[in-house]
Amino acid sequence: MLIFDQSRPGRQAVIPAIAPDDALSDLPASLRRRRAAPLPEVSELQAVRHYTRLSQKNFSIDTHFYPLGSCTMKYNPRVCHRLASLPGLLARHPLAPEGISQGFLTCLHELQEMLREVTGMQAVSLTPMAGAQGEFAGMAMIRAYHVSRGDHARREVLVPDAAHGTNPATAIMCGFTVREIPTDAAGDVDLTALRQAVGPQTAGLMLTNPSTLGVFERNIAEIAAIVHQAGGLLYYDGANLNAILGKARPGDMGFDVMHMNLHKTFATPHGGGGPGAGPVAANARLAPFLPIPIVGKESERYRWLSETDRPQSIGRLSAFMGNAGVILRAYVYARLLGRAGMGRVAEFSTLNANYLLAELMKTGFDAAFPQRRASHEFIITLKRQAKTLGVTAMDFAKRLLDLGFHAPTTYFPLLVPECLLIEPTETECKEELDGFVAAMRQIQQEAESSPEQVQGAPHHRPVRRLDEVRAARDMDLAWRPVES
Amino acid sequence: MPFIPHTSDDVRAMLAAIGAPDLDTLFEEIPSALRVGELPALPEALNELQVTRLMEARAADYPRPLCFLGAGAYEHHIPAAVWEIVGRGEFYSAYTPYQPEASQGTLQVLYEYQSMMAGLTGLAVSNASLYDGASALAEALLMAVRANRKSKSKRILIPRALHPLYRRTVHAIVHNQGIELVEVPYDPTGGHTPVEALAPYAGQDFAALVIPQPNFFGVLEEVDALTDWAHQHNALAVAVVNPTALAILKPPGEWGDAGADIACGDGQPLGSPLSSGGPYFGFLCCRREWVRQMPGRLVGRTVDLDGKTGFTLTLQAREQHIRRSKATSNICTNQGLMVTAATLYLSLLGPRGLEQVAAACHANTRVLVEQLTQVPGVSRVFDRPVFHETVLRLPRPASEVLDGLLARGILGGFDLNDDYPELGHALLVCATETREEADLRRYAAALAEIA
Repeated sequence: MLIFDQSRPGRQAVIPAIAPDDALSDLPASLRRRRAAPLPEVSELQAVRHYTRLSQKNFSIDTHFYPLGSCTMKYNPRVCHRLASLPGLLARHPLAPEGISQGFLTCLHELQEMLREVTGMQAVSLTPMAGAQGEFAGMAMIRAYHVSRGDHARREVLVPDAAHGTNPATAIMCGFTVREIPTDAAGDVDLTALRQAVGPQTAGLMLTNPSTLGVFERNIAEIAAIVHQAGGLLYYDGANLNAILGKARPGDMGFDVMHMNLHKTFATPHGGGGPGAGPVAANARLAPFLPIPIVGKESERYRWLSETDRPQSIGRLSAFMGNAGVILRAYVYARLLGRAGMGRVAEFSTLNANYLLAELMKTGFDAAFPQRRASHEFIITLKRQAKTLGVTAMDFAKRLLDLGFHAPTTYFPLLVPECLLIEPTETECKEELDGFVAAMRQIQQEAESSPEQVQGAPHHRPVRRLDEVRAARDMDLAWRPVES
Repeated sequence: MPFIPHTSDDVRAMLAAIGAPDLDTLFEEIPSALRVGELPALPEALNELQVTRLMEARAADYPRPLCFLGAGAYEHHIPAAVWEIVGRGEFYSAYTPYQPEASQGTLQVLYEYQSMMAGLTGLAVSNASLYDGASALAEALLMAVRANRKSKSKRILIPRALHPLYRRTVHAIVHNQGIELVEVPYDPTGGHTPVEALAPYAGQDFAALVIPQPNFFGVLEEVDALTDWAHQHNALAVAVVNPTALAILKPPGEWGDAGADIACGDGQPLGSPLSSGGPYFGFLCCRREWVRQMPGRLVGRTVDLDGKTGFTLTLQAREQHIRRSKATSNICTNQGLMVTAATLYLSLLGPRGLEQVAAACHANTRVLVEQLTQVPGVSRVFDRPVFHETVLRLPRPASEVLDGLLARGILGGFDLNDDYPELGHALLVCATETREEADLRRYAAALAEIA
């Protein structure tokens, strides 16, 4: 039932303010709304009960193991939420003067410094509001760099075929064209193809490392050399930074610019799909182009750096300071981890992934890259099950929902058939991983003995599989009041 | 170890299962030259108590002045139930609803949100939100250029009376695609953008005209005439609106003869705390005919295998994870949690509650202006109706006045000098429903002392 179905004329949960009867008398009728907005009229209890019940239809990290590959669904510490919600932080107006904002600015500056250190970069801007906006910032910086040197021919961006869809989409938004680079059989970038692809038209290469195939790109030094010698730059997609945090740094690998996903690596909540935060970091060559605002420090005072301080900046990507509240949560998390804790993130996320892979292989599942060491995530392929039993990766995913596990990422990366991309994160305990293996074993047995049980899953969720064709055809995208 | 559950027995058993002698072996594929040891610039870890004390001290730096500053972010009362429910782990710690059977909560909330925004704006379709108001306008303009088949140009008419930070954000996001923003002047007496100001552009080709309501000065635009002008000249009409104001102002879908084509804006007034500028959310609504050009997530209502109603992400062929380089945008999330807050906020207020907020803001600003303009040398700059924000001329530079007010615990408004030097000593002030009569008097008394 929708909230609108519970609406009754004249009901109102909250009386937020009292205005005099003639409050709007000075507004011309031609500018006024004629009919009241079609919003629900419900009591406070009705609203609270409705949305509490809806929340219970969700899987979430707090309720379920959520091994969604490439999304780093780790525990979101409650203390980060509480401290970012302190009244002095929550009430701060974005345009409040620096003089009364030193505490807030200190947090941002210290986070900039910490991110600089863990990435091996020269400077950081925290402002992008999601990973995709961080990518946009980085690629716009590469564009601005080439233009600043009068090198207008560099309009082509190289993207491995295993890359996230955001990579090519971002390159287009920045005015580039895209050329795909194939991956070799071992899961590394095909160096021969890369050598053939680079040239005076190359603006740069976008790369995730460890890649979306769940393995570390071993030839990264050579890749960097090939691209740099051709005059291009290297963009690091920080989607998988969790795998190497405190162990290896993109700046040392030869990357020129990168983004991080604070909602992945730094444990800020995913919130049902945002808000995230995608800070961007750059080496000395690209630092002048970073988006503003950035927090600067001069003789123990913090201030915003703007267009005047940073004339080569690509500009601003939000009206104010991006998702400041998310940035504060990440800051608290980083302080809780500290120097020793950063490396533990990589160690235990990698331990969990390799353990889960080993146990699944023992259970009879096929790894996509069995000869490789897994990073913080790995791929199994269900090609065999699909062919011999008619049970697909999607069927396994849906049956996992019945058994109380969120599904891994399915059918991505595109080049591995019938794949599940599995990322357990460091915050899961061994018993949870063993439970997941047991569930996979059960589904395999069902696929062999009663495949319809798996093909028809889920059976025990609020809805069964949905008619997506109908959704796209009917385009029922909004409730509408019945005209009276 | 914070947030890591492994005992030493666990580690031993897991390494044995993997067949690795130690944790370090797991990183053997990273070339040794690229491995780093301890990173000295990182601070030592704090425990929860220590970090709490640290953050409480940092937060206390902000003295929480009495706020008359708006300029795109507005202090509104948020009913307690909003964040009590939004903060539930099932909303807070879920992700994008890729598995609809395990995400009906988030999906139905988004569908209800889309319905509420479509209703508020009077347009057929709302997406599931974008990052913030400024970036939503950038996406709206990219969308307008794609959608407008009558126009071959990538030029956009954008009023100088639009928020200056929005104009800069839009430029940063769209200029790499060759889109040109052409600034339209405002009327120095009314503070609005009169249709006559568009006359010089009549013979030229533009993809869209941006129409803010209210504009950055708080002034109400003649939206009907502007919308009709856009359509007469084969441009799309792109509305930038304040969602609170929509409770009392004509919705974009009813502007002019045909209605605006696209409406966007910042959803912050609907349940997002000020929080230093974010997270907020951007909303984006449009006529049904433009839906396939829309960026961002869309949720649709459908049925499951048993014919039961359910909700799912739809029209994903527009999006980057399917279309890659041919997607409508690179965006892959929305601001889900903030939109959940907006849905709760609008449910609790209902149509009348939102109207009461809008009316109280408007009334408070009227009283504030009456009181402040009693101060010698203080006057209104523009003579047209406003929503809940207006421009005052001061006898001294606004920066000096603001410093004096701040010393008296008042955040007095936005200094227009940098962005609009032609207005002289001008200050943008705002009084929302959270200001009481005594607050307004306190501001007037303080201003009388300083000005």
